[in-house]
Amino acid sequence: MISTLNGVLFGMLLFLLSSGLTVIFSMMGVLNFAHASFYMLGAFFGYQLTRWIGFWPAFVIAPLLVGAVGMAVERYGLRNAHKHGHVAELLLTFGLAFAIEEIVSMIWGKSPVDYRVPALLDFPAFTVFSTNYPAYKLFMLVVSGAIFIALLIVLKKTRIGLIVQAALTHPNMVGHLGHNVGRVFMLVFGVGSALAGLAGVIAGPSLVTQSNMAGLLGPILFVVIVFGGLGSLPGAFIASLFIGLIQTFAVALNGSLASIFGPLGPGFGPSVLTDIWDVTIAQIAPILPYMLLVLILIVRPMGLLGTRET
Amino acid sequence: MSDAVTSAAAIPQPRAAGHLQFYGIWLIAAVALVVLPLIFTSGGSLTSFSLIGISIIFALSYNILLGQTGLLSFGHAVHYGLGGFLAVHVMNAVTAHQWPLPLPFIPLAGGIGGLAFAILAGWVMTRRAGTVFAMISLGIGELVASSSLILRSVFGGESGISTDRTALPPMFGWTFGPQIQIYYLIAFWLMVSAIAMYALTRTPLGRICNAVRDNPERVEFIGYDPHVVRYLAYGFSGFFAGIAGGLAAVNFEIANSAYLGATQSGLVLFAAFIGGTAYFFGPILGAILVTYLQLGLTDVTSVWQLYFGIIFIGIVMFAPGGIAGLLMVHRSLIRAGALGMMIPSYLVAVIPTLALAAGVTLAIETVARYTASEGAGNIINLFGIPFKATAPTTWATAAVLVLGGFVVARITWQRIAVAWDRAATVARDRGYLA
Repeated sequence: MISTLNGVLFGMLLFLLSSGLTVIFSMMGVLNFAHASFYMLGAFFGYQLTRWIGFWPAFVIAPLLVGAVGMAVERYGLRNAHKHGHVAELLLTFGLAFAIEEIVSMIWGKSPVDYRVPALLDFPAFTVFSTNYPAYKLFMLVVSGAIFIALLIVLKKTRIGLIVQAALTHPNMVGHLGHNVGRVFMLVFGVGSALAGLAGVIAGPSLVTQSNMAGLLGPILFVVIVFGGLGSLPGAFIASLFIGLIQTFAVALNGSLASIFGPLGPGFGPSVLTDIWDVTIAQIAPILPYMLLVLILIVRPMGLLGTRET
Repeated sequence: MSDAVTSAAAIPQPRAAGHLQFYGIWLIAAVALVVLPLIFTSGGSLTSFSLIGISIIFALSYNILLGQTGLLSFGHAVHYGLGGFLAVHVMNAVTAHQWPLPLPFIPLAGGIGGLAFAILAGWVMTRRAGTVFAMISLGIGELVASSSLILRSVFGGESGISTDRTALPPMFGWTFGPQIQIYYLIAFWLMVSAIAMYALTRTPLGRICNAVRDNPERVEFIGYDPHVVRYLAYGFSGFFAGIAGGLAAVNFEIANSAYLGATQSGLVLFAAFIGGTAYFFGPILGAILVTYLQLGLTDVTSVWQLYFGIIFIGIVMFAPGGIAGLLMVHRSLIRAGALGMMIPSYLVAVIPTLALAAGVTLAIETVARYTASEGAGNIINLFGIPFKATAPTTWATAAVLVLGGFVVARITWQRIAVAWDRAATVARDRGYLA
């Protein structure tokens, strides 16, 4: 029960990030390596602003700041690199991710910062099996759920959403129809970064706010969008929840082959076999997403709901 | 061939003089490798040369993917690391079983390790190129790096696996204990690998790799399977990366999970790209520069990686051909005799650009020292001038240098662009620039 809630929560966080990433990717063809860095920036901006002006203003301002950073990156960085091709854009975001991590660890240090849950939400919401479930996690769930619904409405019901959706599948045609594709790109990039920033602000107090958090989450994000199918928002949603649940459950489980079938005979000694035999599911949780990635690539290379061969 | 500029071939072809020039370059390189340790005899420079040699092989192997075949990999260190681990295990096995295998052959074991993984994982990975390959390589890289911490018996967990290179049977009376002997071993493998990798660019396979990079669809039409070509290139690249890893294992006498990690993959990407991927010698320049900076900057500043990131972003934005690309463009200007038109605007641009760089450096160092807050280390020495990190004057100086430098430098950069257009037109008229 608790694990399910946590898994859904982690999945929703992943979706906040992967939705922006996959929309940016399918519209602009740019795999934004710095996306997880925007998430980290959000967490650190949130932390700093919380110290200066309190959590609630930070909750609003930090994502906007991150969005502004994202727009600046698109306007002054990616747009210039675009003329050198997609590889240059990809490398630019890679360099940015690297630089942002260094800047963050330079300013806030390498150790975790003390980013606390706001006092208003610092109480147990309910108790299951004598475990308290913190209200803040419920708040995270509500926020990410609300964002998800808002995103759905914007994409399905508004004109901007229509343009974005059209640009997902037919970017050139949208340009031909006279929309300022450059501005749409900048907007989408900004909103995507802001969503990542928001994820950072709300995840920061609950998870650890540290300068390596982007490096830890970034590769998982890529797994999510490849797994769900590149450019597919529903795919990203399903994959986010799936990977969120799997990882959370795996961390909670302590079983290993040894605990099921009993320890191996001493004849095997310390070898690869005993390593695999004794490893607990919790220990392999970090590599599960990558195993899924390899699996999906062998079974269905375009991802769960993907249709495009990129 | 109109695309000669973008192909891996840096050196123009036949005629007797051409041959002489061609072999001359390799001969000079070989002689330089032999003579270098005789000129710079200190232990520190020997260590640096060894590291540079290893990273040159590694960067060249990376360029088989990126420059030659157009595959952007974020997990190249996997081959390097697995090569290193296999080399260490072979060394320990040789010592334990008293096999008559001397140390100079150990890097080959590393190469086989890198190749084995490439054969295993490559078929799935190289199915598609471009962004998808980049993501998959990242995922595989993470997978291997995380697994290495789980499979303790093979990878030795956090501490890694160590070995003793002097325990192996000696060869030509060399025990390979002293660093100088290791240096010559690395130099030997560097020469062999570099020649082999250069030869690879001249084979039909190397050429079809370029074609796959530029236009995979057309390659399919003329009857080659791009997937197979990418797979082969991936295999070669893994092999040479493994050799580099094996050499690293021999050099450090240890292999640990850092060999496999994302940082190592990032560094080799930096080296190859900063040097320039369009030319064979680009990654060599890049590897020298990156390794040298890495060794040099770590003593000077705590945030050296940030400078790497900034240099890298600068290269991506303004000179995607890397250093080699810049050099080669100027080479055609020199040949056309049009370089003189560029020099005045370059000279004008030097001062504000340097001011900008100094300002950025000062700003970074100030912030770094300010936040480090250990109190003692907040005096910055920049070009011999001491700055105090907490003093407002330092902050003001940095701000003025950055803003002023940027505004003025931008004007001079525009002048460079104008002068460049003129010089390039002249060079084009004289037939030296495509």
